Amino acid sequence: MIPELGHFFLILALVNAVILGTLPFYGAHTQHKGLMRLASKASVGQFILVLASYICLTIAFVQSDFSVSYVANHSSNITPLRYKITAVWGAHEGSLLLWIVILAAWMAAVSIFSKALTPEMRARVLGTLGLISVGFVSFALFTSNPFERVLPFIPIDGSDLNPLLQDFGMIVHPPMLYMGFVGFSVVFGFAIAGLLQGDLDQKWAKWARPWTTIAWVFMTIGIALGSWWAYYELGWGGWWFWDPSENAAFMPWIAGTALMHSLAATEKRGAYKSWTLLLSILTFSLSLLGTFIIRSGALTSVHAFANDPERGLFILTFLGIAVGGALSLYAWQFDKLKSNNNYTLISKEIAIVLNNVLLFCCLLVVFLGTLYPLIADYFLEQKVSIGPPFFDPYFSFFFAFILFLIPFGQQMNWKQNKLKTIAIEQFILLALAIVIAVFTIFSLTGELDLFALLGISLAIWLMLSCLLYLYAQTKNAKSQLAGLKKLSRSYWGMIVAHIGVAVTVIGVIVTTIYSFEKDVRIEAKHTVQVENLSIYFEKFDNYTFENYISSQATLKVSKNGNYLTTLKPEKRRYQVSNQLMTEAAIEPGFFGDLYISLAQPLENGAWAIKVYYKPFVRWIWLGALIMALGGLLAISDKRYREKKFRKVKAIKEEGLV
Amino acid sequence: MKAHRKKKLITILSALALLSTAVALLLYAIGDYADAFYEPTRVVKGDAPLNKTIRVGGLVTLGSVKRAKDSLYVEFDITDNQEVITITYDKSLPDLFREGQGIMAEGKLVDNKTLEATKVLAKHDEKYMPPEIADTLKKSHKEGVEKMKQEKNNEKGDY
Repeated sequence: MIPELGHFFLILALVNAVILGTLPFYGAHTQHKGLMRLASKASVGQFILVLASYICLTIAFVQSDFSVSYVANHSSNITPLRYKITAVWGAHEGSLLLWIVILAAWMAAVSIFSKALTPEMRARVLGTLGLISVGFVSFALFTSNPFERVLPFIPIDGSDLNPLLQDFGMIVHPPMLYMGFVGFSVVFGFAIAGLLQGDLDQKWAKWARPWTTIAWVFMTIGIALGSWWAYYELGWGGWWFWDPSENAAFMPWIAGTALMHSLAATEKRGAYKSWTLLLSILTFSLSLLGTFIIRSGALTSVHAFANDPERGLFILTFLGIAVGGALSLYAWQFDKLKSNNNYTLISKEIAIVLNNVLLFCCLLVVFLGTLYPLIADYFLEQKVSIGPPFFDPYFSFFFAFILFLIPFGQQMNWKQNKLKTIAIEQFILLALAIVIAVFTIFSLTGELDLFALLGISLAIWLMLSCLLYLYAQTKNAKSQLAGLKKLSRSYWGMIVAHIGVAVTVIGVIVTTIYSFEKDVRIEAKHTVQVENLSIYFEKFDNYTFENYISSQATLKVSKNGNYLTTLKPEKRRYQVSNQLMTEAAIEPGFFGDLYISLAQPLENGAWAIKVYYKPFVRWIWLGALIMALGGLLAISDKRYREKKFRKVKAIKEEGLV
Repeated sequence: MKAHRKKKLITILSALALLSTAVALLLYAIGDYADAFYEPTRVVKGDAPLNKTIRVGGLVTLGSVKRAKDSLYVEFDITDNQEVITITYDKSLPDLFREGQGIMAEGKLVDNKTLEATKVLAKHDEKYMPPEIADTLKKSHKEGVEKMKQEKNNEKGDY
């Protein structure tokens, strides 16, 4: 009964989405107040309907209703409760439903938090989101219904959730990532509404900007969580694979990063209006493309749940309609978009153009590398794969230029600057950074790796430049604290996010160049030596848990003769699926992780184990969190709240409240 | 044409020209990094290059896995149900590696029967089959069926 109810709610949601996607547009066109107001109500209604549907599916999981085929395939009687609840998004159908819920949550958020928008704008933004809902809800209903029953032969037990997904990282990673993916559709909604309205004033950018930033924040955290999960769960210490599904999230993230920057120029200076709009459309299109890549199974990927051409075709058609429609509208209104071109060559405007061009190059590398296997398969009839040997050098090449640009860019003022002062300051800092980098690398490793030197110098330079920026703010203020307090949250956001970039870069470079990895054979009650670590194999035990049996090795690790830690890497056998899982044991540290995993048993109770040392690996994710913090700071800027406040005040003064 | 429109047109055209140059250059470069996929049949036939990283895929033949006693070194055969090639590997195999399971190996050919793998991939979902391998099996299934039909026809001819 409950699954039918869930299905029913989803059908109602489709009807509601169709209303939301049509009437408010008509209302905005004819200035019909009632129809425009309908948008808000229908958005909140949409959220309630899809949430109800989602709860029904969750109940089916909690009750282990194996007559529902999705539940039977991704849960079992002995699956722990927390994983029954998260198994809802453990595969295609359910994660699509989660996607729809999050989209509706964004819609509800827009209708609640953007009271400052004009009624037409609100109606059109929400209407566009309604149309996107129509696409996704019908995708769920017609190609991937999570409520489908397996009747009349109901399985007695389900086949359990994929063991890889029975893990904390997997609980939080998808919702975060989806918040980001779907969040970019709000930006798309703003772009369409702006295009329909025709004139794109600075207010438009001011409205669209915080929504872009918050979606970007979620996406940053989501990608970092995914990378962290892959690191500890896949058992061989890798943190980024250039896997199609990772790229699927990375591409809209890059485009979103470019968009945040160009929106700054549009908001503050009224520049690049048409480019910003195009970028909003592009970012959303890449989100859809990402969905296509993950959901169609067209590309080999660890996430390819579904290998279903029908689903792929549906998304591709949807992508075609959305992008085609948006671009036609863009072409039609193109002439009305007048940007302010009043700036010189040495200005923040130009720095932002360079930022966008370089980010676009990075995007192009990821895009072509991801899609080339499809192109080759289709046109050359060759099955190929593209891996790190392509992505690493090409991506880093363009990214190095970005690193070089940031210190100048953040120092620039709008309109015009004296390059000489900035250049002298920055090159002194760069020289200082190189000295620090040479000294640190040489004293720690005894040799100089050219790539390490280049990357670390640039990262340290960026940090120094951020500090200089803050220092410069305090120069003219009464006290240093007063100066820092006066600095707006937006600027704090920028500085903090850029420091995050530097932290991530240091993490990536040090981990990549200075990690070591050893396969060693270890016997029970024996000690082996790996670099300066000695590892003692104390014992090997089996434990039974809810739905798996764990075989644990107890390893005592000491460094230079001093006891360091005890690590217990495991092999788990999940009972329902009879699947084997390697669970690494990690001793985390700010300056490096010791990472040990069991490879395979050898003769006489000996084991082959993998020992990794991953210096600075935590910095990769720490940097991402700092970037996200920067984004949050930028959103909390006074000027976004001021507007609402003023409006409330105005209403009060008019005696309307 | 008005002056500002002309300026816009020039901007757009030069942006497009730049973009397509970049795409063309990258596509030209990317070919060098593309690791091609070969079925065991084509490897045995000698279609695959010897000193280049390639990928091969197929099902692990039952009973073919030979592990060294005291190291990670392992040898096993994979097949597309037509030809068989041997894979050698000296790192730890993925958790989902099993006899009868579809796997993908990346590495260089020693000869047209042996691949020295640097990476072995088994997909994370036991139900999931990499599209390349699924295609291979489908193709060889079809060919096998046709061969059987032909043999049947030949048999008929004999009577």
